[in-house]
Amino acid sequence: MSPTSKPASEHVPSQRQLERERVRRSRARRSGSIATASTIVFIVLVVVLVTNSPGWPRVQEAFFAPEWFVKALPHVLDGFLLNIKMFLIAEPLILIVGLLVALARGITTPAFFPIRALATLYTDVFRGVPTILVIYLVGFGLPALRLQGIPTDLATLGVIGLTLSYGAYVAEVFRSGIESVHPSQVAAARSLGLSHVKTMRFVVLPQATRRVVPPLLNDFVSLQKDTALVATIGPLEALRQAQIIASSKFNYTPYLVASLLFILLTIPMARLTDHLAARTRRRRGA
Amino acid sequence: MSLLTIEGVWKNFHGHSVLRGIDLEVRAHEVVSLIGASGSGKSTLLRCVNLLETVDDGAIHLDGQEITDPRVDVDDVRKRLGIVFQAFNLFPHMSVLDNVTLAPRRVLRTSKEQAEEQAHELLTKFGLAAKAGAYPDQLSGGQQQRVAVIRALAMQPRLMLLDEVTSALDPQLVVEVLGIVRELKESGMTMILTTHEMSFCRDISDTVCFLDDGVLVEKGPPEKIFASPEQPRTREFLRSVLESGRL
Repeated sequence: MSPTSKPASEHVPSQRQLERERVRRSRARRSGSIATASTIVFIVLVVVLVTNSPGWPRVQEAFFAPEWFVKALPHVLDGFLLNIKMFLIAEPLILIVGLLVALARGITTPAFFPIRALATLYTDVFRGVPTILVIYLVGFGLPALRLQGIPTDLATLGVIGLTLSYGAYVAEVFRSGIESVHPSQVAAARSLGLSHVKTMRFVVLPQATRRVVPPLLNDFVSLQKDTALVATIGPLEALRQAQIIASSKFNYTPYLVASLLFILLTIPMARLTDHLAARTRRRRGA
Repeated sequence: MSLLTIEGVWKNFHGHSVLRGIDLEVRAHEVVSLIGASGSGKSTLLRCVNLLETVDDGAIHLDGQEITDPRVDVDDVRKRLGIVFQAFNLFPHMSVLDNVTLAPRRVLRTSKEQAEEQAHELLTKFGLAAKAGAYPDQLSGGQQQRVAVIRALAMQPRLMLLDEVTSALDPQLVVEVLGIVRELKESGMTMILTTHEMSFCRDISDTVCFLDDGVLVEKGPPEKIFASPEQPRTREFLRSVLESGRL
């Protein structure tokens, strides 16, 4: 029997392959130990540099005071719940605004031109104005109109400001998702007799939204910490609470507390974003 | 009466004419093949019939109705025409069953049960019953293209347009797609197809049209076009095809 017609059997690694794998393993071990060593050296250097700086004792006292940490924590945590609340309310609103604006920008019907123009103007304006200014303008401007039904609750006004600002970004994310769906998909749907609206709803949007999940989550990580910007108009959220304690006691440790709380919230979200992005890459590669 | 009439159709892209006054009639149950080099205008002609492109002159009539009239409802016309693309263009986020039932349900307003029953029938007929729940990326190219044909058939079109349906397939997968096209012919479907598979074209067509540089140079039954073409350009094209080993 010739070797090519031999029935398929279990693969037994050859001597050559075993040697290759041994070399690969030893290299992996070596790069692992190099990475550990260099990380340790780096951390030690930073610690030595910081703790030996001339101002260190005062910084330590002002920012890393354990007693103030313990005293500030309940207040800042209490304020932080408001940040979480604002974030949870703003998020779905932003998704709705973003999607509607993205769709409005894609309208080609002449009768709806004003809507399209308005949507374009909206994204141009609110991507250009810094979020903190939007919150100022909404927070102080809207109530000043003294119109019936306009909310005066500061946190609500903050949520409106955040929604306006982030809605513009998210609209652009949705739009890039919609544009990333290949024209041949639209051609296939239209050629089956589906109208423009039905093509959007059943063919384009389902594909587009799947693609924009990782960049959207990234924007939401950013939104979580930007809820602190609402502090500028006064509601008692985490940063505002920290400010109050810090300015009355001349100790900045509460700011550190607030920072840690924000980090604790954003890290899981950031990891989830990475995970989803990696999964999308794998799917696309498959 | 002919099912489709194309009269003096012109199409220009960026100042270049891709179709230069095409005339063609297609009778019910007729299979018409368009052959010619890449860029001769075959695919553009199919896209014009499907109204994916607007013609720059001339007219196209379907069942006596002028479909190139700008007042015509394009979705209503496309309901009656099935098109299958070279690159399949299945919807990647939908299962095979959903790909096939989408248009009957959303355009014809067929009930979910009825649309699925009809889809299962078609999938069974073309040997894909086991793949109803699969997603396009789990199928071979040949299977995907067969699903694309079934998706178009589910709308019960008056006319099928097949645009290079085997060009993106490995040779061993071409056969299964050509098989489904043969079955369509036997079922009496009217078709216009563009192809580079000359032996298949000779085999299946009632009429073969040779296009060159946007002009319909010669038209006739396959035995005549392939055996004794009248026009020198047709002869030259067929010779080059022969030399490339495709005939």
